[in-house]
Amino acid sequence: MRKSVNRVWRRVMANKLISEMGLPKSIANIFAARNIHTAKDALSLTEFELMELLDVGLAEVTTAVSSISEISCPPYQTALSLLEQRMHNEHLAGHLPTRLKGLDAALCGGIPFGVITELVGPAGIGKTQFCLKLSLLASLPSSHGGLDGHVVYVDTESKFSSRRMIEIGVNSFPEIFQIEGMAQQMAGRILVLQPTTPTEFSECLQKIKDSLLQHHVKLLVIDSMAALVSGRDGQGQCRQHPLGWHMTFIKSLAEFSRIPVVVTNQVRSHSGDDPFHYSFQDSRQNLDFPTTFDSHLVAALGIPWAHAVSIRLVLESKSGQRFIKVAKSSMSPPVAFTFAISASGISLLHDDGIEMTGPEINAICGQVLKHFNVASSINDAHNIKYFRDFEVTVVYSIKNWSFRVVCG
Amino acid sequence: MEVSSLPISASHRAKLISAGYISISSLSSISPAHLARDLGISENEATGILKVASQRGGPERTIPSHHSIVDGAQTAWDMLHEEESCRRITTSCADLDDILGGGISCKEVTEIGGVPGIGKTQLGIQLAINVQIPLEYGGLAGKAVYIDTEGSFMVERVQQVAEACIKDMQEYDSFLRKDLPARQVNLQANDFLANIYYFRICSYTEQIAVINYLEKFISEHKDIKVVIVDSITFHFRQDFDDMALRTRLLGGMALKLMKLAKKFTLAVILLNQVTTKYSGGSFQLTLALGDSWSHACTNRIILYWNGNGRYAHIDKSPSIRSASAPYAVTGRGIRNLASNCKRVKLILRARLAHDEHICRSLI
Repeated sequence: MRKSVNRVWRRVMANKLISEMGLPKSIANIFAARNIHTAKDALSLTEFELMELLDVGLAEVTTAVSSISEISCPPYQTALSLLEQRMHNEHLAGHLPTRLKGLDAALCGGIPFGVITELVGPAGIGKTQFCLKLSLLASLPSSHGGLDGHVVYVDTESKFSSRRMIEIGVNSFPEIFQIEGMAQQMAGRILVLQPTTPTEFSECLQKIKDSLLQHHVKLLVIDSMAALVSGRDGQGQCRQHPLGWHMTFIKSLAEFSRIPVVVTNQVRSHSGDDPFHYSFQDSRQNLDFPTTFDSHLVAALGIPWAHAVSIRLVLESKSGQRFIKVAKSSMSPPVAFTFAISASGISLLHDDGIEMTGPEINAICGQVLKHFNVASSINDAHNIKYFRDFEVTVVYSIKNWSFRVVCG
Repeated sequence: MEVSSLPISASHRAKLISAGYISISSLSSISPAHLARDLGISENEATGILKVASQRGGPERTIPSHHSIVDGAQTAWDMLHEEESCRRITTSCADLDDILGGGISCKEVTEIGGVPGIGKTQLGIQLAINVQIPLEYGGLAGKAVYIDTEGSFMVERVQQVAEACIKDMQEYDSFLRKDLPARQVNLQANDFLANIYYFRICSYTEQIAVINYLEKFISEHKDIKVVIVDSITFHFRQDFDDMALRTRLLGGMALKLMKLAKKFTLAVILLNQVTTKYSGGSFQLTLALGDSWSHACTNRIILYWNGNGRYAHIDKSPSIRSASAPYAVTGRGIRNLASNCKRVKLILRARLAHDEHICRSLI
C-alpha cells in the first residue's frame, strides 16, 4: 500500500507548488506575482521568457530553474535496486504467468506488471479465450500460482462468457473447482463492465482508477480497445489520435498501480494509404508486404497505439496452424509458438518457439481456421463460440468477403 | 559589444540605454555608486550589472589564453585531436559499429528512431551495458543514466544482456589471450545493473526537470558516460495543443543535452517514435516531433525493416557517410545478422583492430 501511495504522491510532482519549494523569498514572491505557481508553469517557459516575464537577470533565473528542476525531478534508483524491489515486493518479480511454458519463458515469467500487453489478431483467433484464461489465473489463490485478487474485465463487444470461463476453470484446475463454492468465489472476483459508447468507456476508466487502490484489483482486461472507435485511426492528417487520452490514461493506470493490463485489438485490411517506407527507402524495391491476400491485415488503432503498448502478442492463423507471436517486447527475442484452443483454454503445442528474425513477426495472416456448426455471415464470425462436437473448416478471403465451407 | 545584448533584466537594460550607456566599454571604468545614482537603482544591482558587463568583455581586452582571435574558440586542429582520442561505445553488432565509425560517439547527441518493435529500447539497453565494459576489453568503464518515459525498461532483459556481455568478455579472453595467463572476468550481471541510474518520468514537466537536473547529477557522478532517453517523444505527442510551445521546449531540451554531451564528454542517445507524413503523393514514415526537431540532433539513425531483416540507416551525421547495416535482436542483445560462430569472431576482430590502432597511435 505504501508503495502505491508513494506513486500517487509522485504523480503530482508536476503540480508541486513553487511556494513550498524553499526557494529564496524574493524570487518565490516574484514567481507568485507573475502567476507562476507550479513547477509545470515554470518549466513550460524557456529561461529567456522567464527573464522577460519576471524582470530578473539570467543568473537568478538559471539558479531558480535549476532548484525547481531538482525538486520536481523524480528520485532515481539503480537498475539493481529496481530489480531487488520488484523481486521482493511483487509476485514473481512482477509477472503473471500464463501457464504456457514457452511464452512465459520468452516473457521472463509471464505478462509483466505495470505496462500494457496487447493481443492483436483476426476475429475468432482466440483473443477472448486468452483473456478469460488470464482472468481466471489472476483470481486464483496464491497457493495455486494466482494473484489472489479481483479482476476488472471491460467487455465492449459483449463477448464475455462466464459459462466458458467456468468450463476453462473446471478443465484446467479441477482440484480447485471441485471444491464446494469455489467456482462461485472465483467467478465472484471477476467484475465485468460493459460500456456501449465511448463516453461510457471513459467513465468506466475513471471509476476503475478510483477503485484500483482500495480493492485488491490484480488484473485489468479491456476486450476490445478498437470496438468503440470508428473510422480511420489517427493516421495521415489527423494530429490527435481518437484514443489519445485513453492510451495515456490506461498507461498511467498500469504504471502507478503496478498491475498487468491486457488489451485486445482488432485487425483491419491494409489500405493503400498505410505507409511502410521512409523517404530514403526506394519503395519500388521493397516487397515487405507481398500482394497476396494473406498479408493484407494490419493492427487497428495505428502507429501511436503500437508505440504505447509495451508487449504486442500477434495471434494469427497460417496454413491450418495457429500462431502466437511475440512481436514487440523489450525483453524477448522475436519468437512464435503454435497453439490450439481446447476445453482448458489455450495451450501451446510446442514449448520451443520458432525464432523469426524478419518482418514476418509483425505480419498478421488473414487465413482463418474456424470451428463452428453454422456459418451465416461474416458478422457472425465475431460471435462464434467454440463447439467441440464436430469440425467444419471455413476458409474465407478477407479481400473478397466471400467464404466457402469445407467439411472434414 | 552592445549593452542591449547583455543578459540582464529588461528594465535594467532600458534604464542603461536611456541613461546613455550604449556600449559595454562605456561601463568599463565606472563605479557602482555612480551607476546606481545614474540609473536610480540600488548599489547591489549596479554591482551586478557591472559584473555581467565585465564578463562579456570585448576583443579589446587582453585575454590570457592562446586563442587570441575569438574568446572561447577552439582551433580545428585541437578538435581533430580530441575527436580521434574520443572513445566510442560499441553496439555489439560489428556491421553497425563499422558504419558508425567504431560505435556511438561520446560528446554528441544521437537520435535513434523507428517503428514499434524494431529494437530501439533493445539498442538503448545494449548501450547502457556496453558503456560499462572495462577498459582492457575496449570499453569505457563508464556508467549510464537511463531516463524512461514510457515504462519500457525491463530489468529482466537488462540482466540477460549483461550476462551475455560477460560471456562475450570471457570468450574474448579465451580466444585472443590464450597464450597469456588466464584472467578471470570478475564481473557479475548485478554489477552492471548497479551502474545504471534509472529515472522514471511521467510527464513532460518531469522530463524537462530531469534534463535540467542532469548537469548537477553528472557533476556529482563523474563516470557517467552515456545518457539514454527512452523515448523523447512520448510526453510531447499527445495533449499538446500549443505547437509553438512544444517546439520551443523541445529546442531548449536539445540545446541543454548538447551542452551536457560536450561538457562531460558523454554520449546522449534519444530514442524517437515514428509518425506519418504526406509527401510526394503518398504517406511516408518519418520520425516524430516535426521538422524543427529534426534539425536539433547532431546524428540521426533510423531503424527499419528491409526485406528479411532489421536495418539501421544513418540518416544524418556531420562526419559519417550515410549508409545502412543489418543487425539482429537476439536473446543475448543486439548482435550481427551473421551466423552464430562468425558473430563472436567478427566482434573480436573489430576490437582487435581498434586496440591495434590505439597501440599504434601511442607509439
